Amino acid sequence: MQLPLEVVPPVAATGLFSYAWLLIAIPAVSAAILLLLGRAADAWGHLLGTLAPVAAFVIGLVLFLRLLDSDVGSRAVGVPLYDWVSVGSWHIGAGLLVDQLSILFVLLITGVGGLIHVYSIGYMASDPKRRLFFAYLNLFVASMLLLVLADNYLVLFVGWEGVGLASYLLIGFWQHRPSAATAAKKAFVVNRVGDMGMSIAIMLMLATFGSSAFVDVNAGAGRMGGTTATVMGLLLLLGACGKSAQVPLQSWLLDAMEGPTPVSALIHAATMVTAGVYLVTRSHAIFAETPTASLAVVIVGTVTLLAGAWIGCAKDDIKKVLAGSTMSQIGYMMLAAGIGPAGYAFAIFHLLTHGFFKADMFLGAGSVMHAMNDDVNLRHYGALARALPITFVTFAAGYLAIIGFPFFSGYYSKDHIIAAAFDDSVTIGLLAVLGAGITAFYMTRLMLMTFLSRKRWLDGVHPHESPLVMTIPLILLAIGSAVGGLVLNNWIGDWLTPAVGGAPPGGTEAPSLVEINLIGILTLIVVAIGVAIAVLVFGPRRTIAIEQPASRSPLTLAGRNDLYGDALNETVFMRPGRALTDGLAAFDNGGIDEAVVGTAAGIGQLSSRLRRWQNGFVRSYALTMVAGVAVVGAVLVLGRLG
Amino acid sequence: MSANSYLVLSAILFTIGTVGFLIRRNAIVAFMCVELMLNAANLSLVAFAHMHGALDGQIAAFFVMVVAAAEVVIGLAIIVTIFRTRRSASVDDANLLKF
Repeated sequence: MQLPLEVVPPVAATGLFSYAWLLIAIPAVSAAILLLLGRAADAWGHLLGTLAPVAAFVIGLVLFLRLLDSDVGSRAVGVPLYDWVSVGSWHIGAGLLVDQLSILFVLLITGVGGLIHVYSIGYMASDPKRRLFFAYLNLFVASMLLLVLADNYLVLFVGWEGVGLASYLLIGFWQHRPSAATAAKKAFVVNRVGDMGMSIAIMLMLATFGSSAFVDVNAGAGRMGGTTATVMGLLLLLGACGKSAQVPLQSWLLDAMEGPTPVSALIHAATMVTAGVYLVTRSHAIFAETPTASLAVVIVGTVTLLAGAWIGCAKDDIKKVLAGSTMSQIGYMMLAAGIGPAGYAFAIFHLLTHGFFKADMFLGAGSVMHAMNDDVNLRHYGALARALPITFVTFAAGYLAIIGFPFFSGYYSKDHIIAAAFDDSVTIGLLAVLGAGITAFYMTRLMLMTFLSRKRWLDGVHPHESPLVMTIPLILLAIGSAVGGLVLNNWIGDWLTPAVGGAPPGGTEAPSLVEINLIGILTLIVVAIGVAIAVLVFGPRRTIAIEQPASRSPLTLAGRNDLYGDALNETVFMRPGRALTDGLAAFDNGGIDEAVVGTAAGIGQLSSRLRRWQNGFVRSYALTMVAGVAVVGAVLVLGRLG
Repeated sequence: MSANSYLVLSAILFTIGTVGFLIRRNAIVAFMCVELMLNAANLSLVAFAHMHGALDGQIAAFFVMVVAAAEVVIGLAIIVTIFRTRRSASVDDANLLKF
């Protein structure tokens, strides 16, 4: 195994960096203002809410440029804020770490987040709770920034829970719909399972290293035992699975599409669900010690990328297809992160490009839904390219990026991952290529059914292009999806290496613009096959049924039912759990309650018997007293004699 | 002179008091039986005090007398009150205070 390079310890913050806390404080204060002022802020709430991430983006950009200017050794800047927990020998400081990794996340969160805020102004224009929506979005941005900027697992966990809360609030934003309220609860509950792993991992760190700061964990990771490392790695993976909707904790993400579409774009595609990848990358020192946990990460990633693609093929709901593809793409990132130092930079690279193209496509889907009276069924679309030209072109940019069309962003990032997977194991590599082919199939299907095939509109639908406030973010994100890979490709590997502890072998040149390699060609062929099959089945000349055709194929049925994830959870956890609680309730009612009530009843009966002695006849009392005195006297006399 | 005859007298008095207390219905008679028991006890206290040549028992007898006097005041008041409401001095008629 390749030894990771010594991670450069962060330098103390000076100048501008000591104000890095403003990144988190601005959206947090904005959220607080919007929540506390209530309806008084309705008129301008959305403007303040949009200004906050934009301001944070400007600060982030300035810090990024500063980092870019400084030399490699001082690109990780620690910003201690205050002593958070100080009990006995425990000292846990709340501090921020601005380094190569976190600053990229800051730019993604505030940049893409800012665009989504702008888009939301238009998307939520007619919603009476728009101010509340922006308050929650700001809360999310603040928590997410805290998550990525924390210099300490415990502080990270605060942000981790904060984004979970914001996700819950936003999935259930239209809580008058029972499905949305249920989906929000489901997301919350499933995330708790992951959080349990996360919190136990942190406790294990505190027990092993006496600290949860990244610096101490990284320094101590080499000295801990292999078993501890494996347990810690698997627990962190459980946390990552919950947050990133990886198998086996994937079931909440598809239901989370009940939230407003900008939420799906921001939280459930671009940022929050990638937190698991961030966590694994941040914990590189731990995973370097444990091949078992790393292998588990790779397997989870591979399984999820295929499962997500499978679901994506079978769904007719545009948002659920995109959700399946999000799962699948995060699976790619997990796979890359599991490979180790060779893959971390690629995981983050794909995470960034995915943030662009998936946000682009989700917002495009929102624009389509806007035009089609909030109908999400692909079978009711068709021929929208002419009605929604801007949405079509921007969506197409995202589409080309996700299938890995040459020179679009996904082409670079996904090819790196597939190449790294082949380096790791041929099986994993082939599965990753297969995933790329399926991705091409279902995304082409989505594209054809939405924009190109014949009109299948329901009565009374008059599609119209969205207003500028929605299309401008789309255009910017489409540009990002198109050129993002090209811009970052030759730079990101060198940039991230010091932060993720290790050099990717061979650098990040392959596949560069001109170089032709076997794996790249193989991937392109598989992708082309996927596209061709989709065109054959859903091409412009084909008629597509307005109703979902009944299917007896087990593959299709499994995909339509989310691979029976809910059924599995119900059978394995819910029903035994309910049987256990029913049993406990029966024991409580029949056993404990009976015992308590029975004792009370027995004492009550006994006392009502004893009460009869109080019969109101003075002479019987007198007899009792005399008898008592006689007994006492007898005892005294016998005591004397004895 | 030995204390024996005093003690025997005291026991006889006490027994009479006890039996009367148990079998008589009239509240006044029952009350007098209680007094009889107290005085039987006093008699044995004084007898023992004389036998030991100490004053402790005599002092105790004085205490008993004081308590008995107080008891008489309250007891008679109660009996008179009960008689006023019930037109009877039988202890068996005052039987409302029960389960």
